[in-house]
Amino acid sequence: MIQIDNLSKNYGDVQAVDSISFSLSDGEIVGFLGANGAGKSTTLKMITGYISPTSGNVHIGDKNIIDDCIDIQKMVGYLPELNPLYAEMKVHEYLKFHASIREISGNEFTEALKRVVRECSLQGVVHRTIGNCSKGYKQRIGLAAAMIHDPKILILDEPVTGLDPNQIVEIRSLIKRLGREKLVLMSSHILQEIQATVDRIIIIDNGKIVADGTSDELISDAQGMTQLYLEISNTEENSIQDMKATLPELNVKKVSKNGENFNVQLEYASSADPRKEIFNHAVANSWVITEMRVTEKNLEDIFRNLTGKIDNGATNE
Amino acid sequence: MNNIMTIFRKELHSFFTSPMAYIFLVVFALINGYFFNIQFFLINESDLRVLFGIVPLVYLFFIPAISMGLISREKSLGTIEIISTMPILERDIVIGKYLAGFVLIILGLAATLIHYLTLCYVGTSIDHGAVFTGYIGLALLGGVYTAVSLFASSLTDNQVIAFIIGIAIVLLFFMMDKLLFFMPSSMSGVVQFLSTDFHLSNMSRGVLDTRNLIYFASVIGFFLSITTRILESRKWT
Repeated sequence: MIQIDNLSKNYGDVQAVDSISFSLSDGEIVGFLGANGAGKSTTLKMITGYISPTSGNVHIGDKNIIDDCIDIQKMVGYLPELNPLYAEMKVHEYLKFHASIREISGNEFTEALKRVVRECSLQGVVHRTIGNCSKGYKQRIGLAAAMIHDPKILILDEPVTGLDPNQIVEIRSLIKRLGREKLVLMSSHILQEIQATVDRIIIIDNGKIVADGTSDELISDAQGMTQLYLEISNTEENSIQDMKATLPELNVKKVSKNGENFNVQLEYASSADPRKEIFNHAVANSWVITEMRVTEKNLEDIFRNLTGKIDNGATNE
Repeated sequence: MNNIMTIFRKELHSFFTSPMAYIFLVVFALINGYFFNIQFFLINESDLRVLFGIVPLVYLFFIPAISMGLISREKSLGTIEIISTMPILERDIVIGKYLAGFVLIILGLAATLIHYLTLCYVGTSIDHGAVFTGYIGLALLGGVYTAVSLFASSLTDNQVIAFIIGIAIVLLFFMMDKLLFFMPSSMSGVVQFLSTDFHLSNMSRGVLDTRNLIYFASVIGFFLSITTRILESRKWT
């Protein structure tokens, strides 16, 4: 339903988004994940027509954002980052303002108001001034405004930022509910949030897409290498680093001293299993292995690897 | 048109849900009333020229003050992103906001009609036509200053800076024909024509010249147009 073609945005000399392309289908909940400044919000702003791309285009159906900006804005509901609202308005006035711009009035507005109040659980605050509502309510008011015209596409920029854990759970379940019938594209820099809410993850870093798939697909793609954790005593750090000379298939990623012991992180190709050789090497050098375990790669490792935020100590990849 | 009216209603609602509009209307009426009445009974003439001289001076500060937040506040709150991603043209946003500011000025101006009623009660041989054209002139001048101040508001997200820029530009329009002495004679005609006071003085004498109307309409149209361009320019920065 949304087709992004080679979308780029430059701010002066800075390339915020660098020729990204992807497509999104109806009924998907897609997480747009990236570190702060990776280009997530800029991309969402281009999709919603707030800023124009330097090059490339966004297609929704037979419309595109450059030639048919107003038509696309009619189809999309958008919750910007930080959820700006008119604090002096009452909730129903604010929703009426949104509805009016979208040419919804009379009975149609009454029905739309009932629907969004029910879906966003705003029953208790409809006649309250927005400035007097809690942050969780404000977030739901923003969502209700984005949904007043019952759009097929919802774009949510960091929808849970600043909420407490209970409010996060509420918003998350609301987004999941909405995702049953709408295309929801939500951005976040919080990995757990994305993992808990979405069907598909697109990871962006330095303006480029570095991964695209379900959480399981991303993990299995990264499973080419196995991580091994060792705790060894009766040795020296140099001897551990020299282990690669005997066992070239090993990559010593990190060595740290912990009292008399050394904590060692190793990596090797999943197709091999050099644990026996490691054990024999330890015996030959009179090392005492107090712990050896294979560690699973999780989405966080993948995200940190892909976005260059991994800190592997002295042997950073 | 629907979108213009929606923005217009929102802005007017915003004026009247804060003390701003009430303070403006009361203080505007008091200042004009005070300066009008201390002279009106002294000069002993049955016209409102005194009022037509005072109101433009009061406008210089009041109009930038009430218009300074029309766009800059949206920028500072971030709500500009909300309205700019709705299916509405920037032109409609600008016109809706402009009309809200203009209507508030007209309400303030309407309050000064009490002086006209006073004139009708105590005066003789009143030139009602001059009063009528004078009020038309003041309304149009209010329209020009609102358009200028709206433009100033679109330049920044800081209301104080918008206010200062607004005052600087309206003061320039107001002062132009008073600075002719410093101008080369070849430019004085043009500068005088660009001055708001030059056109207003014609109207407050009872002359309703098409050139004056075209001047006011052009300046309003010019500033609304560049304000629209400024709002649109966010897409390309």
